[in-house]
This record gives sequence, C-alpha cells and structure tokens, in this order.
Amino acid sequence: MIPEDFTYFAPGSLPEVWDLLRQHPDDAKILAGGQSLIPLMKFRLATPAYLIDLRKVPGLDTLAERDGALVIGAMVREAATEHSQLIQRRYPGIHEASAVVADPLVRNFATIGGNIAHADPANDHPAMLLALRASVVAHGPNGQRTIPLDDFLVDTMETSLAPDEVLTEIHVPQPAPRSGSTYLKLERKVGDYAIAAVGVQITLDGDVCTQAGIGLTNVGPKAVRATQAEMFLTGKQPTEDVIREAARLAAAAAQPVSDLHGPEDYKRAMIRTLTARALREATQRARAGGVSA
Amino acid sequence: MTTQHVQMTINGQPYAADIEPRLLLVHFIREVANLTGTHIGCDTTSCGACTVLVNGVPAKSCTLFAVQMDGAAISTVEGLEQNGALHPVQEGFFEEHGLQCGFCTPGMMMTAVAFLAQNPNPTDDEIRRAISGNLCRCTGYVNIVKSIQYAAKKQREAQTAPAAPAEPAEAIR
Amino acid sequence: MTSEAPIIRGMGHSVKRKEDPRFLRGKGHYIDDFKLPGMLYMDIVRSPYAHARIVNIDASKALALPGVLAVITGKDLDAAGLAWMPTLMSDKQMVLPVDRVVYQSQEVAAVIATERYIAADAITLVEVEYEPLPPVMDPHKATDPDAPLVRPDRDAKTNHIWHWEAGDAARTDEVFQNAEVVVKQDLYIPRIHVCSIETCGCIASYDKIDGKLTVYMTTQAPHAIRTVFSLVSGIPEHKIRIISPDIGGGFGGKVPVYPGYVIATVASLQTGLPVKWIEDRSENLQADSFARDYHISAELAAKKDGTMQALRVKTLADHGAFDAAANPSKFPAGLFSIITGSYDLQAAHVEVDGVYTNKPSGGVAYRCSFRVTEAVHTIERLVDTLALALSLDPADVRMKNFIPPEAFPYKSPTGWEYDSGNYPAALQKAMAKIDYAGLRREQAEKRARGELMGIGISTFTEIVGAGPSHTFDILGIKMFDSCEIRVHPTGSAIVRIGVQTQGQGHETTFAQIVAEELGLPVENITVEHGDTDTAPYGLGTYASRSTPTAGAATAVAARKIRDKAKKIAGHLLEVSPDDLEWQDHKFQVKGAPGRSVTMKDIAFAAYTNFPQDVEAGLEAVDYYDPPNLTFPFGAYICVVDIDRGTGMVKIRRFVAVDDCGNIINPMIVDGQIHGGLTMGMAPALLEAITYDEYGNIQQSNLMDYLLPTAMETPVWETDKTVTPSPHHPLGAKGVGESATVGAPPAIANAVVDALSHLGVTHLDIPITPWKVYQILEAHGAAEA
Ligand SMILES: Cc1cc2nc3c(=O)[nH]c(=O)nc-3n(C[C@H](O)[C@H](O)[C@H](O)COP(=O)(O)OP(=O)(O)OC[C@H]3O[C@@H](n4cnc5c(N)ncnc54)[C@H](O)[C@@H]3O)c2cc1C
Ligand code: FES
Ligand code: FES
Repeated sequence: MIPEDFTYFAPGSLPEVWDLLRQHPDDAKILAGGQSLIPLMKFRLATPAYLIDLRKVPGLDTLAERDGALVIGAMVREAATEHSQLIQRRYPGIHEASAVVADPLVRNFATIGGNIAHADPANDHPAMLLALRASVVAHGPNGQRTIPLDDFLVDTMETSLAPDEVLTEIHVPQPAPRSGSTYLKLERKVGDYAIAAVGVQITLDGDVCTQAGIGLTNVGPKAVRATQAEMFLTGKQPTEDVIREAARLAAAAAQPVSDLHGPEDYKRAMIRTLTARALREATQRARAGGVSA
Repeated sequence: MTTQHVQMTINGQPYAADIEPRLLLVHFIREVANLTGTHIGCDTTSCGACTVLVNGVPAKSCTLFAVQMDGAAISTVEGLEQNGALHPVQEGFFEEHGLQCGFCTPGMMMTAVAFLAQNPNPTDDEIRRAISGNLCRCTGYVNIVKSIQYAAKKQREAQTAPAAPAEPAEAIR
Repeated sequence: MTSEAPIIRGMGHSVKRKEDPRFLRGKGHYIDDFKLPGMLYMDIVRSPYAHARIVNIDASKALALPGVLAVITGKDLDAAGLAWMPTLMSDKQMVLPVDRVVYQSQEVAAVIATERYIAADAITLVEVEYEPLPPVMDPHKATDPDAPLVRPDRDAKTNHIWHWEAGDAARTDEVFQNAEVVVKQDLYIPRIHVCSIETCGCIASYDKIDGKLTVYMTTQAPHAIRTVFSLVSGIPEHKIRIISPDIGGGFGGKVPVYPGYVIATVASLQTGLPVKWIEDRSENLQADSFARDYHISAELAAKKDGTMQALRVKTLADHGAFDAAANPSKFPAGLFSIITGSYDLQAAHVEVDGVYTNKPSGGVAYRCSFRVTEAVHTIERLVDTLALALSLDPADVRMKNFIPPEAFPYKSPTGWEYDSGNYPAALQKAMAKIDYAGLRREQAEKRARGELMGIGISTFTEIVGAGPSHTFDILGIKMFDSCEIRVHPTGSAIVRIGVQTQGQGHETTFAQIVAEELGLPVENITVEHGDTDTAPYGLGTYASRSTPTAGAATAVAARKIRDKAKKIAGHLLEVSPDDLEWQDHKFQVKGAPGRSVTMKDIAFAAYTNFPQDVEAGLEAVDYYDPPNLTFPFGAYICVVDIDRGTGMVKIRRFVAVDDCGNIINPMIVDGQIHGGLTMGMAPALLEAITYDEYGNIQQSNLMDYLLPTAMETPVWETDKTVTPSPHHPLGAKGVGESATVGAPPAIANAVVDALSHLGVTHLDIPITPWKVYQILEAHGAAEA
C-alpha cells in the first residue's frame, strides 16, 4: 500500500500555510499527526497533490487554562492530553477520551486538532467536546473566528472550516464548581473504533443539575448532541429514574446504522446503557466536589 | 516526481538522501538505510511491527513520511545492543521466551524500551496496555509481559547498584 | 580411559532458544529483507468482483510508465501452459485468469517494475473491463439447480466437489433408533484467516546461464513446493532450489502455493532477473487461503443417565472457488473423523460434502491439525448440550464417558487407533487447579443476584503427526519426514531436517533431541532447514507434525550414529561392543564404570582412529515413517463474566492442562500453548470473515479483522500431565496446535453456561456482544 506521489511542504508560519492553501485550493491537505490521513493515502482513498505539514508552525501546542477556558492547541498529541496532570484533574472526560483513542503508539502522533478536523463520527473527541460545550478557533488570512463545535461539525468528514483556514485551538469552558465529566467507550479490542461511546458532563447546584452535556460517538453522520436528554436533566435531581429517562432520550437521539460494529438496535441500546453509566459516574464526580482547581 | 532532501540520524548514524516525499519512514529505514530489523505487518497502522523511536517516542514508522523526519533522531532495534551488551529488554525477551517467529519482536521491544523509560516499575496490566498497539500472533503475550518485567527489574537494579557500568538503556532514551 | 559425563541439556530442559540472538538484534532474514542485485518488483492487479467475465485487459498505460518492464496476464501464461496449476487436493487452480474471475481480489494481472513504488503506481493504470456474473455466496444454495456454475472448466457441471464419510452408518442409525435421549445441534464454524504477522512473499531468481531457478519463499513445505514447481514448469528438479528463510509465522497459511509465487517465477524466467513479490496485509486477508467454514449438523444419542452412545454428523464444507486445501490426499475433510473425541462411543457416522463458492480457496489450517478444530468444537459443544438437557454437570458427563486409561490403544468408531491417553487425570487436575466446585458455588450465588458468570470445559483429543505411509500422502508423496546428522571430528554436529520452523524453535528442540541421543552439548549442535539443496526431503511443518515425524527421524538417525559409535568405542576401550552400555550420555564398560568414552572422543576417533571393519566418519540419515499418529489431549476450563449492560464477555480465568507426552523443551511448549490459546480465543470472540451477497469481503484489513491485543488476551494458566506416546521414539506427541483446537469450545461452553438458565443451549462463534445482548434483552435480563 503505497501513497500517490505528492509535493511536501513544512512551512514555518501560519501565513505561509494560508498562502499554500490559496495556491492549491483543490488539491492541498493539511498534515497534522497523519494517523488518519496517511492510512487513507496509502489506500489511495485520499490523493492530495500537496501536503502541508503543520509540524513547524509555532504556537499550536498550547495546553493550559486561559481566560476561563482550557486551550488545547491543534497540534497537541493525544499522548500529551492522556498524561497531562491538568487534564486528568480538571477534565477527566477529555483524559478518558484520549486514553481510548486508537492505541498508545498512534496516540503518540495523533493530534486532537486532527481528531476533530477529520470529522469522522467514529472519532472519540468530538462527542466528549460537544458535552463540554467546546468551540474551535479557525484562523485564516482574514483573522480568527471562534466556532462552537456544534457548528464546526457539518457532516461525515465535513466541517465549516473555510478552504484557507487552519484549526488552531480548541477552547473548553472551565467547568463550574460541582461539575463532573466522563467518557465511556464500548470497543471490542484496542485499536478498534467505538461500537458506541458517550461523553457526559454534569454540573450540580446543591443536588440539582444546572447543566448537562451529552455527546454520542459513532451513531450518526457526525458526533451527535443528545439535546432532549440534556434538557430533560436540566433543573432536575439526577435520581436513578431521571438518569434512566435521560439515557432513553439519548438513545432516541442516536441514528446508528448496522455495520461491522453491530446492528442498529444494539448500538442504540448501547447508547442507553453507556449514557446511564456515564451519567451516574459524572454525577458522582460532581457530588464528590467536582473538579479541583 | 520531485525529490526532496532529508537527513536524520538512525541509531546515532547520520543518513541523508534525496527521496520522494511519499517514501514511508519504514521504507527509508529498510531500503535506504538497509536496516531490515524494522518490519511491516499491515497497511492500516494496526500491528506495530514497524515501531521505531522518533526522538525517543515510539511510533509506527509505516504511518509517517520520511520527509517529516528531517532532523529527527530515529532509534531502531539494531541500535539496542551497545558495546556488545544486549539491552535489558533484549535480554528479557531471550530469558523469558518472549518471541517465537520473531517478526513482531523488534517493534514490541522498541515500545517496551520507551515505556520502561517512562514507567520503570510497571504492573503487568500497565505493560499490557503499553504494548496494546503491537500485535503478536505467536506468543499469546504472557511471556512478553514477563520479558518486560525482567527488563524492568534489571534496569531498576542497575539504577540502585553502586557505580554500575553505563547501562545501554541510557543511550536509547 | 575414563571420561566425565558431559553437560548436554537434552530432553526436558528449558534451553534458551538458539534462534533468538539474531531475531533480538533485528538480524533475522525474513523474505522482504533479501535484496538481490538487479531485483525487480511485482505488484498484482486484483478483481473487484467475486464473479465476472474478463472482457478486456488494457495494459498500455501501465506499460508506458517509466520503470515498468512487463504486465503479465492470464493469456500470457496460457501460451506457456501455466495459466492453471494443480492444487494439493487433486483440483487445479488459476494462476491468472484467462477469461473469468471467481472470487473478489483474485489475481488478474501482474506488473513487473524496477521499483516497489512504481509497481504500485502501475497496477492502478491497468484497465480491466469486466462483465459481472451472479456469484454463488451461500454454500447451502451452491447445489441448487439454478445455481451459477463456479467452475465451468470442470467436466462435472456442478458446484459439488466431493462427498466423504467415515464410520458405520447402519450401526449408528440403529443406536439412534433405540436411544433414550437424542440431542441435536447445528453449528457454523466460521471462515477465519491465520493472519501471521508476516504476510506471504517470494523472490524468484532464474539464472539463465546455468538454468537454475532459486526461489526464496515464505513456505512451510519447501520440498513439496520444489516437486510441484518441477512438475508444473518442466524444469528438472535438480535445477530448482527452494529456500524458506526465517518465517514470520505460518500457522497453515504458508502451506499452499499462491499464484503470486508462480507469477513471480514466470517473470524471472522471462527477464532473467530476480523478481520480488511481497503481498500487502489486505491482499493476504482477501485472497490467501482461509480456514474452517464448516456448516455442521450433529446429533448425539445417549442414555438418560448421561451415557453417550452414538454420534451422527452431516457437514457442508465451503471450499471457495478451488479445492486448494492442504489435506492428505485420502482425506478431503482432513482428520474430521476424530470427532468422537475423548469419549467411548458405540458408533458414529460422519459425512462431509464439499462445495464450490465464489470465495478464495480454502481449507488450510489455522494453527490446527487438519479439520480437528471443527471436530473438537462439535463434540465438546454436544457434550454440554447433553448435560444441559439432562440437568447433569458437564464435568460429570465427561468423566462418565471418557475412554478409560486402561482401554488404550483404543479403536475409535471412525477407525482411528488412539495411541495413549489418560483423560480423567487431566480433567481432575484442571478442576482442582481452578477450584471447580468453588466456582459452581460462586455461580449459584451470583445467579441469585442476577449476575452472569459461566464455566466452560473442553476435554479434547487431538490427532497429529501425519502420517503413516499406508494412509497418508500429499500428491502421492508419502508423509514421512527426515533428518540427516553429521558429527564433526571435534564433537560438534550439524543436523538437517525436512520440516521448517515458523517460530516453533526447531533450531533449539531438534538440537536437544540430538544432544540427548548422542551425549553432545546442545550448544555444539547446529540445526539447518528450509533449503532444498541441503536439507533432506520432507513434507514440512504444519498440523503439529514436526515432532511426531521429523523429531522421530532425528532420534532414529541419532541412534544409528550411536550404534556405529558403539563399535568405535569398543575399539577405543579394547573391549567388544557387546560389553558396552550407554550410561550418563557416554559408553562405559559394563561393570566397570570407570572405563568410558564420550561421543566427543568417539567422533575424533571416527576420523582418526577407527577400527578396520568400520567406515570412516560419523553420520546418518533417517526417513521416518510413523507407525501411527499421536493423540495429544487436554482439559481446559474457562470462567467468563458477562456484562449485562453490553453483552461483553470477559474471560476471567482460563486453566489449560495439556498432555503432549514427553516434553523436549518445557519453556517452548508453554509458549506454544500460550500462543495456541490466544489463537483459540480469537475466533471464539473476535475473528470471522464474512461476505455480502455480492461477494464483497467484509473484513478486508486489520481494522476490520480483529486480532487480539494484550488487552483482550487473558493471563493463561497452564499445567501438564505426561502420558508418553508408546510408539514415538521419544514418547513425544506434538503440541503446537492443541490449544487452538481445545480453547474455542471451552469459551463457547462458558458463555452458554452463563446464559443457560435463560434457556440458551447454543451460540455460534464468534460470540459477539450483540449476540449475547439480544438474548439478555429477549429474556428481560439486560441491565435496565
Ligand atoms: C489504527 C488506528 C485506530 C484509530 N482508532 C481511533 C479511535 O478509536 N478513536 C479516534 O478518535 N481516532 C482513532 N484513530 C484516528 C486517530 O486518532 C487520528 O489520527 C486522529 O483522529 C487524527 O489526528 P491526526 O493528527 O493524525 O490527523 P491527520 O491524519 O494529520 O489529519 C486528519 C484530517 O484532518 C485535517 N487536519 C488535521 N489538522 C488540521 C488542522 N489543524 N486544521 C485543519 N485541518 C486539519 C487533515 O487535513 C486531514 O484531513 C485511529 C487511527 C488509527 C491509525
Ligand atoms: S506495519 Fe502495521 S502498524 Fe506499521
Ligand atoms: S513472535 Fe511471531 S508475531 Fe510475535
């Protein structure tokens, strides 16, 4: 399996990247960790004539809290979020998602930016980041714009990024006190994509849920936000009955199709099981005081 | 077809060549540098037979282009042995029968070397997780886990031993 | 004269492997590591259709690409009479198709280029026009009157290939008629792929000047390949040399002759240059021979007290488009008739019908002896089905029906003579090790709480070491195996064998056999194999036959040397050879242990100081024709926990007690069992190859064909009993594959056991989480 020939660039700045993107509007591709793109190129399912590697572009590796948000640079590797103390402590859902992406070797190169920009509904981060109400920063020659993830993800392998824009950062609002997040993935083996997976964040005031985020992996053309379930939880105490109903609503939001990862009905049922489990876990984490500073 | 100049070190040796940008790192290692210990077992980034260290980080060299490695330091199985002494991980695989056909072994050992540098005192479960990007069809993994534990122990002992001779592992990190 | 007993580390020692130092340093020589001067590369154009007529092949664009030397099609081969080749099963197989393709990813044309990357580009430029034909995908419909014909080239205009049966039909029917209980089960043993981590490949190198063809090839059977190549190509056999270098796993998948080998050879004959072909993993999974694919319908007759009486089995075997299995000639269904297993039955009758479908050819092993896995799965599932029907404990039913240890040699109702066995001892050992009684108590408690836990047993009998020449041959070549030993003057030795390692450690174990028999230190013995110019003729390594056949040949050859050595020893000690005995790995004078000579001394004398009536030198060859097969066995117990919310099955414990007779190297045997268990677990839970109705393979690469990682693989617990084979010179039996055979039913039985209170009596493998979940949901047992 050998890729088609291409021309390779490793520019040292964003303006150079934009120039290249503008010069080759139809047949250039950005290369981040390459762990999705290179396999596609080997099968010749992707045949870009120009490859623009971001590895030398400075400023894409931030991993810090800033102005009320966690900022994740587009080129931050999965292994970095998996092993970051900050993420483990304050964003357990992101930590858990990173830890189940592919396998440990792929995670050493795969980037979070690529995971989202690839817009594969089977990828793990989009659903978790939907639950966390994240947005992405798109940076083009005419400046930056911040796009809520819901709007960024358009369809399978399709985003609202303009042809000359680069995804530079992901912004995750800092969790309110008494918030808990988690990501649960059902997979048959390490390295397989999810049969189904669920990312959840719950924020409590007293014992009442003031905000709920629920994102679903691999059960639709893109990562799915379980809006009805989120609304149902908001303003209620997350009792077992409430959690079950929310899980049922989340399952109803899933649009799975039968494939090698299982029949449609099974996947929908798994969304219910995983959502209920994730909600229990997230609620417990929130009750336990939520995230620490 | 345009070629591009690339230079990198492999096991400390400099290599420079004009290559097609599409040349995969694994083919650079095997066919330009003629180091055939790094293997190829799949086309979907699934098996890890091609695992090498890129600046100390284990990676699947079938899913990187050699041009991306310009200026990088690559380590392969051929560099594990230092001054005629096997690396503790190699020794562990020998002592604990961690290989059968040997095809997955170089990649498996490179993953183990990098992992032990991060986690010198791992549990068996941590080892299993660390090698879960490397497939072995022959051994059933039991003895691979033992092999890596053997190496971990040996490295820990070398760390605490007074005035221990320079351990090969240090050179790899 | 007196000599110290040498330290030899022969039989029973966990000698560290002699092959490892090169592998550990990255200095193995696998096929893709070879680079010959002027070498060309081959890549293959494959069919997107399962069944289609080839209307036209236009190679002009590919040929126009700089670096492309040739595009070879079926028409080119046909002109040379090489478009078809014989399979090992009296069928023939297309090398390249002339006018039609019969499975998806079949080879259609080959590109020869100066570089690998250019060849890869060129195959996308070969334009093939197809006219799709309806494919035969369901073997049950293959013999329908309106089924399309997969193989119109054959005289018989049917997709039925052969019918085969064993046992006594009338006697079996009679027992069934009078039976108190009959249990029946349909089973499908799915198509799977061995998927060794190294794929297949070759370098064919034809030297036009001396007319010699050398082929480096990933093959488990180099000599048989040489003979076939000679027969097909007309090149005299002494002008063909097959070299099987280090092999990155075989498991049966590297026994067949794949078209790629032949095309590369033709390309080398044409160009006079070496031609390398290395298949991609996707090609390997899609087009190389598969294993299993048996549709089985089985019935067991018994008494109400659980006494098993008779077995009746009908099987439909899906062989794909060519019958290219590697079974012994008289055994189109392999050794499937071992299906009565470890149990003493009055009668049995087994039938198998092979059919063609539009899938790649089939019936190779998957780390198992010929079709034994299918047989073992059937009988081990049926025993559990019977136990469940009669509300008996499956361990009790097994104990009740085992062939008793005193009944060996035992003649089975399908005609095998089991050499030895002690089944109750193995099961008892496994039950004690895992605390079977305790597990049953735990299960009862858990069930009361609604938790799902299951315990599964498999007490299998293997049949390996094909085989005796009166019954076993491949293409007429009897299934003996061979060994040649030369002892050098200074007391070291070279051993050449006819079998071929793919990771089993032959370089070590065969040296141990010679060390044991000759009293030479194991480190002074070199083992060579895999080069037909130097190794004695042998049938290769598969079906766990190395130790039973070549291992025996090695022992016998060594004993021939020892007989000669005895004469030289007598000469050196100035006594009659009759006054000598072999003690502590040296010859000593009976009653005078102080007077002795070692093999080292004798070896030197064999070249410097030999008696008048003895030839110089110290070497021997043996072609061993085994008197019988060997019958390793084992008792496996598996404990599973099932997640009620997801249907996921987790193996909590797995105890494997194996009996492979006398053990040459315990470390290696354990390693073989660990690997075999993992390749048994894989098809039970993860692996299967399926097709859609159009003939598209659905697991075409390693993202979709799920090989277990260390995370899915349990921590295997192994133990042994030792029941030596009475007829094998070393008492050994062969072990490489027992675990692959024994493990799947233990796992399946455990899952069925966990669900049996819901009325579940059977689940086909692979046991996917959705199969389990659907049952839980249907019975209201799923987590709410
Ligand atoms: C064996 C295997 C198993 C895997 N399993 C999983 C899994 O279980 N879950 C999962 O989530 N993922 C999985 N992946 C995918 C892996 O995580 C991907 O690598 C990741 O999703 C993409 O990140 P990357 O940095 O490798 O992106 P690349 O492959 O470099 O790029 C992917 C796409 O995004 C575009 N892109 C990348 N970065 C930017 C940017 N900054 N701006 C604009 N466009 C950009 C590229 O042009 C390309 O189209 C698996 C991959 C492999 C090989
Ligand atoms: S060759 Fe399989 S992961 Fe690289
Ligand atoms: S030793 Fe053969 S694949 Fe691991």
